[in-house]
Amino acid sequence: MKRSPFTPLRPLSPGVRVALGIAFFVAFVALWAQATYGGWVRPLFLASPGSAVVAGVTLFTEYGFAFDIAVTIWRVVGGFIVAAVIAVPLGIAMGAFKPVEAFFEPFISFARYLPASAFIPLLILWAGIGETQKLAVIFIGSFFQLVLMVAVIVGATRIDLVEAAYTLGARPSGIVRRVMLPNAAPQIAETLRLVLGWAWTYVIVAELIGAQTGIGHMIMDSQRLLDTGQMIFGIVTIGVIGLVTDLLFKEANRRLFPWFQAS
Amino acid sequence: MSKLAIRGVTRVFPGVRGRAPVKALEPIDLDVADNDFICILGPSGCGKSTLLRIVAGLAEPSAGEVRLDGRAISGPGPDRGMVFQSYTLFPWLTVRGNICFGLNEKGLSKAEQRARADEFIGRVGLTGFEDHFPRQLSGGMQQRTALARALATDPELLLLDEPFGALDNQTRALMQELLLGIWEAHRKTVLFVTHDIDEAIFLATRVVVMSARPGRIKCDIPIALDHPRRYTVKTTPEFAAYKARLTDEIRDEAIRAIALEA
Repeated sequence: MKRSPFTPLRPLSPGVRVALGIAFFVAFVALWAQATYGGWVRPLFLASPGSAVVAGVTLFTEYGFAFDIAVTIWRVVGGFIVAAVIAVPLGIAMGAFKPVEAFFEPFISFARYLPASAFIPLLILWAGIGETQKLAVIFIGSFFQLVLMVAVIVGATRIDLVEAAYTLGARPSGIVRRVMLPNAAPQIAETLRLVLGWAWTYVIVAELIGAQTGIGHMIMDSQRLLDTGQMIFGIVTIGVIGLVTDLLFKEANRRLFPWFQAS
Repeated sequence: MSKLAIRGVTRVFPGVRGRAPVKALEPIDLDVADNDFICILGPSGCGKSTLLRIVAGLAEPSAGEVRLDGRAISGPGPDRGMVFQSYTLFPWLTVRGNICFGLNEKGLSKAEQRARADEFIGRVGLTGFEDHFPRQLSGGMQQRTALARALATDPELLLLDEPFGALDNQTRALMQELLLGIWEAHRKTVLFVTHDIDEAIFLATRVVVMSARPGRIKCDIPIALDHPRRYTVKTTPEFAAYKARLTDEIRDEAIRAIALEA
């Protein structure tokens, strides 16, 4: 019986999968080209693919865009690492020990709904418009999410694995170190990957206000000059960096945790 | 003095939302001699696993006490190795890594851990699979690893909670022979919980039958089949006689257990 490829959950061969993924990128650019070169949209509102690329080259050669990219990456990674270094141990402690969870969880659940971007005016007041303020936005945006997600992952450790460890002579500290940590590690790494993606959205918001450098600042400057080509190139740059870090993270996780079944 | 002494152990689960508390275990008294292989046989929900968990120290009795070699049990410890019904190998450790887990807690050097792990891997017939992760193993191989892991730390008492319950019939029969062979060769005091009558007769030196909830010991039958036992013992008249007797005992309880659930 020949079944349609639209049978629910029917797997796809890798070649077809990649081809379909690329096909959409091609279709997207084709539509963009048609809209701009075909005159559907005025160049004032939307630059053509060609002029976006030209704008990009100009950005690198004349405006030192590479430096803006480096600054933005440093802000994301810096703020994110500070958040992770505190959030992961705290989340592990909350997941493993119920009193710690009872103490922190209600406040963090509340704080997680405070929008990071809404803190920008306050943070400028407190920390000025320097790097500290940018890192603080990333920190607020990722810290509370990370803590809660790590706590849930660690708290969901299978109880029968914990019991098996006890019958093998493990003490409570050993349960955390030798069972809960290795068990949660791949999912924590996956959470870090996810939240790093969110951190990228916060950094751009932070750079739109009170910044002299960075990709977000460049986009803001381009708006004043009505240079849609540069704006689009900036946005695409963020997308490409996000995609690349995501792939690197995935590959690292796959190598670090060969036992983990990503089903 | 008996190896393991269970004295007046009861277990009552508190009632949920104003309902009456549930009695899982009536006062249980049981003595186990050194190197005995005891099968605790009972219908599902009779509290036999609860009793085993109390001996393991993973659950607290509501009253009574359990003594191993005269010392009261107050929590889980490596002197009581356990194999669970669910697959409890640590998925991030290889077969060898899993078996080394308890040896590491005991403070053995890396070289000693490795040598001892490989010895027990051989004993359960998994030589060649040392570096496999649990997800690469069949259910039977996972439970063999779990058995090796529980035995490697040389516990005073081996506790098995329906360890072959999730396996298919053929694998299960082979696992029983493997376990019995290890017991015959190395001796160990064993408490084995099951609801399978054939399994109980084949393995045990004594079968303890438990009643439906609240669980109590209904009868205690020594199995006088010669050792070493081969699988062919299952078709002998002696085996059939034990089976007829235990089937009667357990059938009444199963009927009561079903009535309780309804």
